[in-house]
Amino acid sequence: MNWDAIQSGLPGYLDGAWLTLQLLGASLSIGLIAALPLALLRASANPWARQPVWAFTYVIRGTPMLVQLFLIYYGLAQFSAVRESALWPWLSEAWFCAVLAFGLNTCAYTVEIFAGCITATPRGEIEAARALGLSRAQLHRRILLPSALRRALPAYSNEVIMMLHGTSLASIVTLLDLTGAAREVNSRFYAPFEAFLTAAVFYLALTFLLVGLFHLAERRFLTHLRPRMT
Amino acid sequence: MLADYLPSLFEGTLITLSVAGASLTIAAALGLLGAAAKLSRSRALRTAANLYTTVIRGVPDLVLMLLIFYGGQVALNWAAQRLGHEDYIDINPFVAGVATIGFIFGAYLTETFRGALMAIPPGQREAGLAFGMSPARVLIRITLPQMIRLALPGFTNNWLVLVKSTAIVSVIGLSDMMQRAGFAAGATQQPFTFYLAAAGLYLAITTVSLLALNALNRRYSAGVRWAHA
Repeated sequence: MNWDAIQSGLPGYLDGAWLTLQLLGASLSIGLIAALPLALLRASANPWARQPVWAFTYVIRGTPMLVQLFLIYYGLAQFSAVRESALWPWLSEAWFCAVLAFGLNTCAYTVEIFAGCITATPRGEIEAARALGLSRAQLHRRILLPSALRRALPAYSNEVIMMLHGTSLASIVTLLDLTGAAREVNSRFYAPFEAFLTAAVFYLALTFLLVGLFHLAERRFLTHLRPRMT
Repeated sequence: MLADYLPSLFEGTLITLSVAGASLTIAAALGLLGAAAKLSRSRALRTAANLYTTVIRGVPDLVLMLLIFYGGQVALNWAAQRLGHEDYIDINPFVAGVATIGFIFGAYLTETFRGALMAIPPGQREAGLAFGMSPARVLIRITLPQMIRLALPGFTNNWLVLVKSTAIVSVIGLSDMMQRAGFAAGATQQPFTFYLAAAGLYLAITTVSLLALNALNRRYSAGVRWAHA
């Protein structure tokens, strides 16, 4: 083991871990905000509302995230209308393209998770709300969404872990995230084991941290669904 | 423009499919071994299998692939030199890619197979043994057919994720669909066109897989009565 390589690369790993978390946080926020209304449409009884959303999630979930990233980062430059638009300073930036691609991707998976939980809401909860005279908006705000989003927690935590790992693709479009930092250490010292094992340890630590946080969240929000001690 | 590069893109598609198919073979073998280890009575085997699935599922595919490709190169040459081999050995990116993806998805399939095995009521195995069937016959007649049915939904999901994961083998220099698309994009200055074509090909693969595996699932579930709510 070449400990010197790891030690001199350590500041790079810490910066990389910070960028990985930023990419994760930004793309999850975009995905989550866009997924809420889309999930309601996806779970709607009206096929005109449901099917366009289904097509969107089907295409995103059926293609690799790397292709989506390349389409945005390399692909959009093909159109002069994009290059001359006001958005170009953003769209020529690797960081922005990565967040956009990751956000779009996680949005599609999150829509499916939320929509699945919304349609699986026990009929009794909805009937009880109607019997109490709640309006449609109240029914959504007070009953449907809080109940469905809680039940979505376990599946959503898997999605968050998948996204944490997905952000490693950012290193392919020149960003110095955790994987990017490891690739730099490898090319500087030619020490692949040290470089990538260190990155793996960082990712494992982040994974355990996130899993732990979601366990706490589940304990807080899903207490009513825990198996009863008898 | 697109038509000139379609043959090359299709060749890349075949490479992508062979990487996926070869990886799946390794992953299925590792998955069966892993599931057997997780359900075995030996504490050492259980611990090893748990370590395998936890570590693999906690680290990104790309990092594992770079580790195996570059690290494997260093380890192989170090070992070869020790054995008196003079020339520098290059690892074939196809081998490195298949080994990595097979190794990663072996961990996911371990969980899928383990769940399927655990869903078979133990009484069925016991009944088979009580009828005088040999353990091997119980495995072939009772356990495996039901395990296929129970594992199919999870397996379908694992396969779709695996196919999409093969896109990263282009990073270690394999001439798959992604690399062909990138090459054509560079030559024609039309990156959107070619990456869109690659996306379409991936979508075609996932759609055909989904239709085929759903048909298989219906076939294997022919004897199941679904509860209708």
